[in-house]
Amino acid sequence: MSSAPIIEARELHTYYDASHILHGVDFSVRAGEAVGLMGRNGMGKTTLIRTLVGHVPPRRGELKINGQVMTHAAPHLIARQGIAYVPEGRGVFPNLTVKENLLMAACPRPDQQCEWNFERVLEIFPRLAERLAHGGQQLSGGEQQMLAIGRALMTNPILLILDEATEGLAPLVAREIWQIIKSVRDSGIAAIIVDKNFAALSALTDRNVILVKGRVVFEGSGEELKAKPELLHQHLGI
Amino acid sequence: MFYLIQLLNAVQYGLLLFLLASGLTLIFGIMGVINLAHGSFYMVGAYLAYWLAKLTGSLWLAIPIGIVIAFAIGLLLETAIFSRLYKRDHLYQVLLTFGLILIFEELRSILFGDEVHGVAIPALLDYSIPLTDTLSYPVYRLFVTAVCLGVAGLLYFVIHKTRIGMMIRAGTSNREMAASLGVNIPLLFALVFAVGMALAAFAGTIAAPISSVFPGMGNQILIICFVVVVIGGIGSINGAMIASLAIGCADTIGKVIAAEYSAIAVYLVMALILLWRPQGIANKA
Repeated sequence: MSSAPIIEARELHTYYDASHILHGVDFSVRAGEAVGLMGRNGMGKTTLIRTLVGHVPPRRGELKINGQVMTHAAPHLIARQGIAYVPEGRGVFPNLTVKENLLMAACPRPDQQCEWNFERVLEIFPRLAERLAHGGQQLSGGEQQMLAIGRALMTNPILLILDEATEGLAPLVAREIWQIIKSVRDSGIAAIIVDKNFAALSALTDRNVILVKGRVVFEGSGEELKAKPELLHQHLGI
Repeated sequence: MFYLIQLLNAVQYGLLLFLLASGLTLIFGIMGVINLAHGSFYMVGAYLAYWLAKLTGSLWLAIPIGIVIAFAIGLLLETAIFSRLYKRDHLYQVLLTFGLILIFEELRSILFGDEVHGVAIPALLDYSIPLTDTLSYPVYRLFVTAVCLGVAGLLYFVIHKTRIGMMIRAGTSNREMAASLGVNIPLLFALVFAVGMALAAFAGTIAAPISSVFPGMGNQILIICFVVVVIGGIGSINGAMIASLAIGCADTIGKVIAAEYSAIAVYLVMALILLWRPQGIANKA
């Protein structure tokens, strides 16, 4: 593996048609690092993620992945660099069974062995193993989230991006998802995590970034952030 | 016996429609492209059968060569033209593909003239099975039915049992998500498009000995194909299968019961099915 950061973005300016969403965002993730992405709704978190995975190419700025310039690369090429994306709303394919949702994503990366295969994913998600023949639309919210994470792991990623993974889940189910995220982290996979639960999030992340109106206003550890309650209050409503 | 013959005809016509409609529904479902030129490929297939059979002296050679040519034209059209229109409004797609219909018709007129041509049934299958003293059934129609069933089975297998089929279905429901899992969507689209074109042309080649080869044959069948796609449920192969057979039966039964009103039967069935399921047979509202 190269020593270059997995993601290194500089001066990203992203637009939706005429509206200017990201105003020169610098963002990076190193191998094995967990970054929390915070901010109120509409501040550009999801747009930043969609820019990083190639769904909304930036109008200006540069995006390097594993040291290669991929500013305008197609999403599947970015995915094949080991970037796995679990979007808000989970993106489970409703017309595929649970098993098919997992198998369609299995993608052996040429430079390493497939650590994450069907059997291993089912080991950490025993609930999915019971529902392999079910359609994606028949699952509960928590199960859909497990499927979306399991499917992302099937691609054998080096970076997992989770956008609002616990949103809309009952507290017990959300805790289960946090457990899973923690075990994924322990296996050495880097992560970008967007979540409203500051306490749970900052317990897992090495570094946190707060976005306000498409600009980075804070970057630092959870401890540093806790030391600035006015920032938490102003930008996260805590 | 008379009814057995009608039933066989209905199934044969329905399965032929399925070959056409399956490609149309996949292209519409996965790429969101309205391809009015789909029927033109049916015509292209029929004329290729006519031309290649004359050239090589054998329909058996004409069919595979015709499929390969149609696949290549499909691939070329997709990469050169269609891929630029995926993000445009449906109106642009309708205009473009309507233009393609005119181009294909003009080319046909220049290359083959405006007469009706016949294609000989291969000698191997050119006989009929006697059913009663006066009624018999042509073996070639049975052959067409069997081949269509085979292709439908193959299609079902690919779509439902293989990884590429999973990717196609995933792409139909959520293109972006599929891409983010490493699926090369542009390549997948080009392949699906070309396969759809090849299927339409294949339907044209094997139908040529039955229906003969004539100007405007693509447009006639295109409308029926859209009926099948709409009542089957857009993007659904299984729905297209059921709808094709329903339309095949409606058309045939309509012709038997009241020949002068038979054109209405198909649309009557469409109206009834859409009243029952506005999203089509396969898609629940």
